[in-house]
Amino acid sequence: MSFLSPLTDSLRGLGRASLFLLTIIATIPGAFLRPRLIVQQLYSVGVLSLIIIVISGSFIGMVLALQGYRTLVNFGAASSLGVLVALSIVRELGPVVTALLFAGRAGSALAAEIGLMKATDQLSGMEMMAVDPIKRVIAPRFIAGLIAMPLLASIFSMMAIGVAGGHAIGVELLGVDDGSYWSQINQAMHGRDIADMLIKATVFGLAISWIAVYQGYHAAPTSEGVSRATTSTVVVSSLAILALDFVLTAFMFH
Amino acid sequence: MTIATADTLVRVRALRFAFGPRTIYDGIDLDIARGKVTAILGPSGTGKTTLLRLIGGQWKPDAGSIEFDGIDVHQQSRNALFALRKRMGLLFQSGALLTDLTVFENVAFPLREHTRLPESMIRDLVFMKLEAVGLRGAANLFPEQISGGMARRVALARAIALEPDMVMYDEPFTGQDPISMGVLIRLIRGLNQALGLTSVIVSHDVVEVLSISDYAYVVSGGKVLDHGTPEAIRASKSPLVQQFLNGEADGPVAFHYKSAKTYADDLMAARA
Repeated sequence: MSFLSPLTDSLRGLGRASLFLLTIIATIPGAFLRPRLIVQQLYSVGVLSLIIIVISGSFIGMVLALQGYRTLVNFGAASSLGVLVALSIVRELGPVVTALLFAGRAGSALAAEIGLMKATDQLSGMEMMAVDPIKRVIAPRFIAGLIAMPLLASIFSMMAIGVAGGHAIGVELLGVDDGSYWSQINQAMHGRDIADMLIKATVFGLAISWIAVYQGYHAAPTSEGVSRATTSTVVVSSLAILALDFVLTAFMFH
Repeated sequence: MTIATADTLVRVRALRFAFGPRTIYDGIDLDIARGKVTAILGPSGTGKTTLLRLIGGQWKPDAGSIEFDGIDVHQQSRNALFALRKRMGLLFQSGALLTDLTVFENVAFPLREHTRLPESMIRDLVFMKLEAVGLRGAANLFPEQISGGMARRVALARAIALEPDMVMYDEPFTGQDPISMGVLIRLIRGLNQALGLTSVIVSHDVVEVLSISDYAYVVSGGKVLDHGTPEAIRASKSPLVQQFLNGEADGPVAFHYKSAKTYADDLMAARA
């Protein structure tokens, strides 16, 4: 049944990855006893991703405002520009684009770092010093990814809707009334939308961190192995984000 | 065939281990004597590093047993295995230093992970270990700023930080210039005596290793070819041991890698 082997290989991989996730989850309570390690990783996956998130958020907000204005103005509904930008960003683009950028910026770095630590015997060395690398290296990175994603998605959304994004183009450049921009957002957007965005971002954060640490930890200890792990992290994460987004959206807006 | 006594720290019995179809160990017996320097010699690719990983419990043997101080390494729970590993240090060929930490923090790492000592005491201990390997001055450097030989000395300081019973050295002299090699040889022997350690050196640098060993095993092809004191090994009658000791290109280990066809067949194949 050799034609089934890709399927069984994938299932085996998924099983291994699930066991790996369970192992990480089991070490999480212990990892919180060492908050300094988590804060260090939050800096590396979160703070260092800020620039790309802020700039991308601004540009996406600006483009949405330009495109949205052209369509809305034909129906005399330009004052609803704020709603269009805000709902598109909060419901979809905010969490999804942030996650795609996060996978490219932080996920790849995580996989490469862990893969190189493995290739240079640093993980083996820890094990021989009776230090569990899952607890010391993997868990803090996993937790940091989980915490950073919703925060980054929120910052992305704020940048896209206000400050230098949609507001700058819609209100400052195209002349939409400042009051209507904000008040219509205020009326149309509910707490539920923001909660859904945070849920999506957290689920994406979990998927990216899981894929990145798994790929890094199971990379072949060679330069080729590390490069393959990095590429797989970005490719698998991106596909997982888009597929998960569809499933989550189907449940949230049915 | 072994030197088993009550003073044996590591006892390997009928050890079998294979990587897929390739047999690395085919039922070997070894004894590592407490407080001594034991060398494990053999050509590259004979699985000497594998043996250290088996002793450290990182890999499981297919059959046979490895006891450390009377405790079967592979019958332990994860926690018990970790407790056992605190009593053994392994010096990787690469040093395996944590690249995001300074030399000082690398040596402090096991102390911070396993003890609740106050910072002042950790500082004193780290400087004592670094002084022992002559690298107190390099405390604030990062691993990428020091040479390979220095990295191994830092790794040695880290390996002895928790004052283990045994330190295992994986190819400690490979790629070292004569000065660093001399330093490492002096350190291994010196620390063995000063700290009352048991040392296991896996290497193919025969002359250097025999000069500091109390006992040696020559391993090849999954078997122990010979064992004894350095003098006994030098006088070994085994042709393979002699080839290995004298660095002869051809002998029981053939210069030519096995080929299915003859030389003439290969040359003529293109003309056929």
